[in-house]
Amino acid sequence: MRRDWEAFSFHLAIGVIAVLALILLVAPTAIVLIVSFTSGFSLRFPPPGYSLRWYVALWDAWQLHFAAMNSLKVAAWATFLSVVLGTLAGLGISRSSRLSAKLMDGLFMSPLILPALAFGLSSLMFFSALGLPVSPLTLIIGHTVVCVPYVVRNTVAALSQLDPTLLECSASLGAGKVYTFRRITLPLIRPGILAGGFIAFMSSFDNVPVSLFLRDAATDMLPIRMWQDLEGKLDVTIAALSGVLIVFTIALIMVMERFTGLSRRLA
Amino acid sequence: MAATAPTAYDVKLALPLGGFLAVFFLAPLAVLLVLSFQANPQGTAYGLNQYGQFLGDVFSLSVLGNTLLLGVKVTLLTLLLGYPVAYAYTRVGPRLKGLIILIVLLPLLTSVVVRTFAWIVILGRQGIVNNVLMSMGIISTPLRLIYTDLGLVVALAQVQMPLMVLPLITAIGRIDPNLSDASLSLGSGAWRTFVRVTLPLSLPGIIAGSMLTYAAAITAFITQSLVGGGQMLFMPMYIYQQASTLQNWPFAAAISIIFLVAVLAVVMVFNLLGRLSRGYASA
Repeated sequence: MRRDWEAFSFHLAIGVIAVLALILLVAPTAIVLIVSFTSGFSLRFPPPGYSLRWYVALWDAWQLHFAAMNSLKVAAWATFLSVVLGTLAGLGISRSSRLSAKLMDGLFMSPLILPALAFGLSSLMFFSALGLPVSPLTLIIGHTVVCVPYVVRNTVAALSQLDPTLLECSASLGAGKVYTFRRITLPLIRPGILAGGFIAFMSSFDNVPVSLFLRDAATDMLPIRMWQDLEGKLDVTIAALSGVLIVFTIALIMVMERFTGLSRRLA
Repeated sequence: MAATAPTAYDVKLALPLGGFLAVFFLAPLAVLLVLSFQANPQGTAYGLNQYGQFLGDVFSLSVLGNTLLLGVKVTLLTLLLGYPVAYAYTRVGPRLKGLIILIVLLPLLTSVVVRTFAWIVILGRQGIVNNVLMSMGIISTPLRLIYTDLGLVVALAQVQMPLMVLPLITAIGRIDPNLSDASLSLGSGAWRTFVRVTLPLSLPGIIAGSMLTYAAAITAFITQSLVGGGQMLFMPMYIYQQASTLQNWPFAAAISIIFLVAVLAVVMVFNLLGRLSRGYASA
C-alpha cells in the first residue's frame, strides 16, 4: 500500500512538472502566433478580434525586408565558409590522437563558450587597429567564427559513428583515398555536415552580439532591427514578422529532421 | 604510422580553420587584452588602472555579482523544470518522444528576439498573466511583471531550457534500467530509488546541462535587455554601454576580460565536476 502510494506520488510529481515545463516551452511561441493575427493595435492577449492586417502591413515594411535580405546574405556566406572550413577541420581532427589535434579541437569549440559580445567588441578593436573599416566582409568573418563550431562538432560526431572497416574495405579493394572519401565517407557523414550547417545558418541569422559591433551603418540586420523596434515601441508588425519566422523555423526543422535526423544529433 | 592508416585523415586538413581562428579569433582577443591595459582612451600610458577602477567600484562589482547570481537562479529553475521532461522522455513511447523532442528543439532554433518578444507579450501590462489575474478578481490594477527579476529568470529559463534538457536526455538514457529495477525490487520506494540511483547516475548530464545553461544565461544580451529593462544592468549590457555609447574602449576591454575570466572560471569548475562525476557514475 505504501509502495503503491510512493510510486504514484513519484510519477505524479514527475508528470506534472514535465507537463508544466512542456507548456512553458510551447506557450510563448503559440501566444505570439495568436497575437500576430490580432485586429487591434496592441499586443493584448487574447486579441479583441482576428485579422491579417499586420501581415499585410509587414508586406509594405521595406525596412524589415531590407534587413531580412542582409541577414540572409550574411548567414548564407557565413554558413558556406563554416561548412568548408569546418568539414575539413572535422576530418583533420576526428581520428587523430595527436596533441595538436586535441589543442585545435579546444580552439574550434571556444567561440561557443566565450561571451559573443566580448568577441564582437574585440573584433571591432582588431579591425580598427588594422585600419580596416567595418563592412559586410568583417561581418561575415565575425559570424563565421561563432558559427563554425557547430559544423566542426557535427562533422566529428558523424565521423565517430562511421565504421572504420568500411574505409579499410574500400582501401583493400584498391580504392584511393580521394575515391573512398567521395564514395564512402562523404555520403555517410553528409547528414551530419548538413545538420551542422543548418544550425550554423540559424545561429548566424539570429546573431545580435557580433553584428552590433561589426556591421556598418548601411547594413541593417533583421534581429537588430527587431530588437531596436521592441526597445522603442511595441509594434504589432513585429508580431507578424515573428509569426513568419516561427512558421519558417518549424518547416525547416521538419525538413532537416527528415533528411538528417536532426533531433538525434542534438540530443 | 597513424597518418597512413586508411581511416585517418591528415591533421593538416584542420590548418585552414586553425589559421582562420588564429587571425580572426585569437588575435582580436589579444588586442582586447592589450587595450584593457591602456590607462586612458588615448593610449598614452599603460597600467592596471581600468581593472583598479572596476574592482574598486561598488556599482561595477554589483553588476558582476548580479550577473553571476542571475545565472545561478536560471540554472536552478531550468534544472528543476528540465529534469522531469528528460526523465519522462526516456520512459514514454516513440510517438510522445517525437513530440517532446520537437517541443524542446523549437525554442532552441527559434530566433532569440522572437522568443524574448513572446515574453514581453506574456508579462506586459495587457499581457496574459495580468489579464487572467484581473478577470479572476485577484488584482485590480495590472502588476508590473516585465522589468522584474522574477520575470527575467522565468523568461531566461524558458529560452535556455533546451540546453539543459538535451544533455539530460543523453545521460538518463545511458543509465541501465536494471539498476532502478533492482533498487525497487529490493524494497526501496520510487522516491528513494530516484534520489539514490537515478539522480546520482545522471550527474554528468546535470553538470553538462548546467554549464551550457549558465554560460548562455549570463551572456543572453537580448533577453536581459528586453525583459530586464533599463533598471537591471548585467555584464553584457554594461560592456555594450561602455563601448558603444560612452566610447570608453579601454574600460570596456577590461570589463570584457573580467567577464571572460569569470565565464572561463565557471566552465573550468563545471568541467572539473564533470570529470569527477563521470568517475562516480561509472564506479
